[in-house]
Amino acid sequence: MRFQRGRVVALIGGSGSGKTTILRLIGGLLKPRAGAVTFEGKVLHTLDRDGLYAARRRMGLLYQFGALFTDLTVFENVAFPLREHTALPEHLIRDLTLLKLNAVGLRGVAHFQTSQLSGGMARRVALARAIALDPPLIMYDEPFAGLDPISLATVAQLIRQLNDALNVASILVSHDIKDAFAIADYVYLLAQGRIAAEGTPAQMQASADPTVRQFLDGDIDGPVAFHHASRRSLQQDLGLEP
Amino acid sequence: MSATGFAPVRKVIDALQRVGYGTRFFLRLCLLALASLRRPRLVIDQIHFIGNYSLSIILVSGLLIGFVLGLQGYYTLRRYGSEEALGLLVTLSLVRELGPVVTALLFAGRAGTSLTAEVGLMKAGEQIDAMQMMAVDPVARVLAPRFLAAVICMPLLAALFSAMGVLGGYLVGVQMIGVDAGSFWSQMQGGVDWLLDVGNGVVKSIVFGFTVAFVALFVGYEAEPTPEGVSRATTTTVVVASLAILGLDFILTALMFSSH
Repeated sequence: MRFQRGRVVALIGGSGSGKTTILRLIGGLLKPRAGAVTFEGKVLHTLDRDGLYAARRRMGLLYQFGALFTDLTVFENVAFPLREHTALPEHLIRDLTLLKLNAVGLRGVAHFQTSQLSGGMARRVALARAIALDPPLIMYDEPFAGLDPISLATVAQLIRQLNDALNVASILVSHDIKDAFAIADYVYLLAQGRIAAEGTPAQMQASADPTVRQFLDGDIDGPVAFHHASRRSLQQDLGLEP
Repeated sequence: MSATGFAPVRKVIDALQRVGYGTRFFLRLCLLALASLRRPRLVIDQIHFIGNYSLSIILVSGLLIGFVLGLQGYYTLRRYGSEEALGLLVTLSLVRELGPVVTALLFAGRAGTSLTAEVGLMKAGEQIDAMQMMAVDPVARVLAPRFLAAVICMPLLAALFSAMGVLGGYLVGVQMIGVDAGSFWSQMQGGVDWLLDVGNGVVKSIVFGFTVAFVALFVGYEAEPTPEGVSRATTTTVVVASLAILGLDFILTALMFSSH
């Protein structure tokens, strides 16, 4: 897989197909058993702690439920990376934080506690926090899950706008095909831990590959089986056969 | 099957590995706690949170224990006609034993559990993960200031506990029962040794501070990130910290007072 600046790449696939695992590999939270993740010319799992932390400073990851720090206010959450990694004076941190919050449309809730936010707002605040250090790579883990249609459209539009305005590489993990296809430039379809298909959204839509078709059309029957693999047959489990 | 095969051997190796991991974690926490002095604001916030909110339970418990010591001490001392030694008895019991130990037990229940639950829930909410993704070491940013704050709070709370206890003993012994106030205070003044009694009590409470803080934070950090995991971790903190306090108290007392 390749992720370049200026492009939104979507990783789609069913639950358990390995989408989130890929984000954790790219973030260096997991080490690959085989293969390698190369970020800005460096192989991540060969880096020491400082090297890995330096690489992570240049990535932003938006968690599915935001993962905001519950003991800090909205403002302090967004200011957190700036405070930890820069020695900027307080008034600059304030300005930058408010600008980031403004970019996601939530400058007005800066003084809120995180518990006062709705799910969609929490995700937008987390997005502001993820872009606080202007990373060249932003990863989104299921950014649409559980959002109402308006929040969903807002978040989707934000992802596209941020990608184009900041010229970053965006990786979008989703199982929401319609919305992912609407903003993605390129799509990888994962199934059972492998790349089952790849291409632009238009190519994917036109594909005749059975795995792609099953996933896009939401068919129950297809290469991805409805039944999880079992060592014994149903008849055996019910005691009808030895 | 595994290469080492023999199950008991593997168990011993696993246990040793855990001990080693815990020890390294403790040393790392101590180093990072020193480093967190560079950001006093974080530590002060935690002292406020951990220490200030434990104040009421510590003060009230200290007073009540003092009441009981005053009563029990009086009844026992009267048999030997030495009621005027009540001040000394109450104070020595408090500064040597009850102050550090009961404070530590209460602290484990009040602050230790909340630390474990807080860290465990941060982990369950992916906040620890998110911090690592932001290239911030959660042990340095989250655990170390809490550790240092707890270590600072414990001797202070124990001192307040003992002071309240002495006050309680005075109220019951002198004001209620009528022991002579002059001998209550002067016996206390003459009989309590600064270094041996007060100093050793302070050493105890510092050791207990390290113990409770480490147990609470370690257990929270290693908790399984689920509701059951966090609830189990909270229980573990109380059980392990309490037993460690009582066990260490015996060892420390034996070391400190064996030569007298």
